[in-house]
Amino acid sequence: MADRVERLQIPFSAYGTDPYGVSKRHLIRIFTAARFFYRHYFSVETHGLVNVPPRGRAMLVGNHSGGIAIDAAMVYASMFFEMDPPRLAQGMAEKFINKFPFASLWSSKVGHFTGLPEHAERLLEEDRLLMVFPEGARGTAKLFRERHSLVDFGTGFLRLALKTKTPIIPFGFLGGGDALPTVSNAYKLGKRLGVPYIPIVPYWPPVPLPVKLEIHYGAPMVFEGTGSEDDEVIQGYVDEVKASIKRLIHHGLCLRRGEPTASVHFGDEDRDIR
Amino acid sequence: MKIVIPGISGGVGQKLALHLLGNGHDVVGIDVRPWADAPKEISVHRVDIRKRAAEDVFRRVRPEAVVHMATVTSLMMRGEERHRINLGGTRAVFEHCRTYGAKHCIFVGRHTFYGAAADSPLFHTEDEPPMALSTFPELADLVAADLFAATALWRFPELVTTVLRACYTLGPTGHGTLATYLRGRTVPSLLGFDPLFQFMHEDDVVTSIALALERRIRGIFNVAGPPPVPFSVIVRETGRKRLPLPQFLIDRTLGRWGLPRLPRGALSHVKYPVVVDASAFRKATGFRHLYDEVKTLAAFRSAFPPPISHDA
Repeated sequence: MADRVERLQIPFSAYGTDPYGVSKRHLIRIFTAARFFYRHYFSVETHGLVNVPPRGRAMLVGNHSGGIAIDAAMVYASMFFEMDPPRLAQGMAEKFINKFPFASLWSSKVGHFTGLPEHAERLLEEDRLLMVFPEGARGTAKLFRERHSLVDFGTGFLRLALKTKTPIIPFGFLGGGDALPTVSNAYKLGKRLGVPYIPIVPYWPPVPLPVKLEIHYGAPMVFEGTGSEDDEVIQGYVDEVKASIKRLIHHGLCLRRGEPTASVHFGDEDRDIR
Repeated sequence: MKIVIPGISGGVGQKLALHLLGNGHDVVGIDVRPWADAPKEISVHRVDIRKRAAEDVFRRVRPEAVVHMATVTSLMMRGEERHRINLGGTRAVFEHCRTYGAKHCIFVGRHTFYGAAADSPLFHTEDEPPMALSTFPELADLVAADLFAATALWRFPELVTTVLRACYTLGPTGHGTLATYLRGRTVPSLLGFDPLFQFMHEDDVVTSIALALERRIRGIFNVAGPPPVPFSVIVRETGRKRLPLPQFLIDRTLGRWGLPRLPRGALSHVKYPVVVDASAFRKATGFRHLYDEVKTLAAFRSAFPPPISHDA
């Protein structure tokens, strides 16, 4: 684990931290824990890794699946365990996380910063790999019956991609809704606790179930522009990304059911990696 | 060049004066505090910057440049008097600069201007507003002084104004807010938080101010040295012991049992980071820090080894 952390293309200081406070020690701990969930508990299948650039700026953009951030954690793990050299996919965390003790400390030490455009832009300018869920908190609030659907996307990520000339790697995440089958969301309780909502599942204890998860990475999408285009133009691009993610989810569902699918381009050397 | 330094008797003020003297400049100081072993080439006038006697110094010396460091940053002094010194003093310095023909005025401010909050960005740039006003009201006078100095950029176009927002100073003299917080053997922190801290060796602070003088840069600039490091690393590398306390407990224990006394707003600085992007200053002056984070922490530790524990 320590060896893979050493191979991350991050400028660690003599104290084992990068200029953003990402810590080698914390990465080793988090990936040690993540390996069990990634390899064994959820037995994650990752497809289309060839589409993710081994170095340089890129933005992984995908759907939320599941009431908590299992999706983000597994995408994060897939980049670390499957890429060679490993990559650190840095998430844009919800603002409320920083207010909580330990959550604040861990999120920043393992590379996830408050979802501010300033953070995202700075990280991309430094050729890092960003992980973006444009559905935001509304995406994780999807109920079990909505688990394969997409809610409205924000447009900030697209403007940022244009401004920083960053390729977008769409991905479809499958299984999160089965791992944590949300039947309802307690918004008032969540508000009292300082979070958007608390997902309610029909069993106890309310932990994610050990179901198989799948991540399908699609071909990079590069858009031309400066980021200052009219809303209609940006919305058109966002719709393209959304459609691509929808196709990836559909592709994954077809594979699960054993149905033929030919609508997704996974790159020239598509590989299924486990 | 004739240079007047209000606030010369502070740790950085003295070092800057010696540095400028060594570079062949005529240095005159103004401070209410003494500088006992000041070299004879530097005349230090023990007067309040707001008083007539300070204006007399400007009248007699007719400085070409002024480095204004006469602001009270210690959180121990509170209330109206501190506000008067920081705001009235800053106003007086700029008025005297105009009246007596100074060509360049440097205001040495602080990076804490940006404030520490859960949703504030890492690496603040110079165009961001002062969030410290809401997160740390005790800094309001320093923020106001910074903003007043910044208005000189357009109000007095004939005067080159430089506002420097420098990060914490650390080094063998032990001056500065961070150094004071690290003075004891045990350093309180907030349980579950470990913010990034940005600091630079005092010699690098001196170099940066001297460069700003030399290049006569106009504008507002963040000044920083090595990359920031987590607070826990600072405490460990300076040989101190971190005492993580939950928020409710730290509110009740600060100022007691040997722990530093701090206003409530200061706690946000051990909870959330205030980190600045200093690339504009580096680009404008070519500044490169000489002391990295390891050397800077070692210099402080060697000058201020952790106090010996009674139970050791």
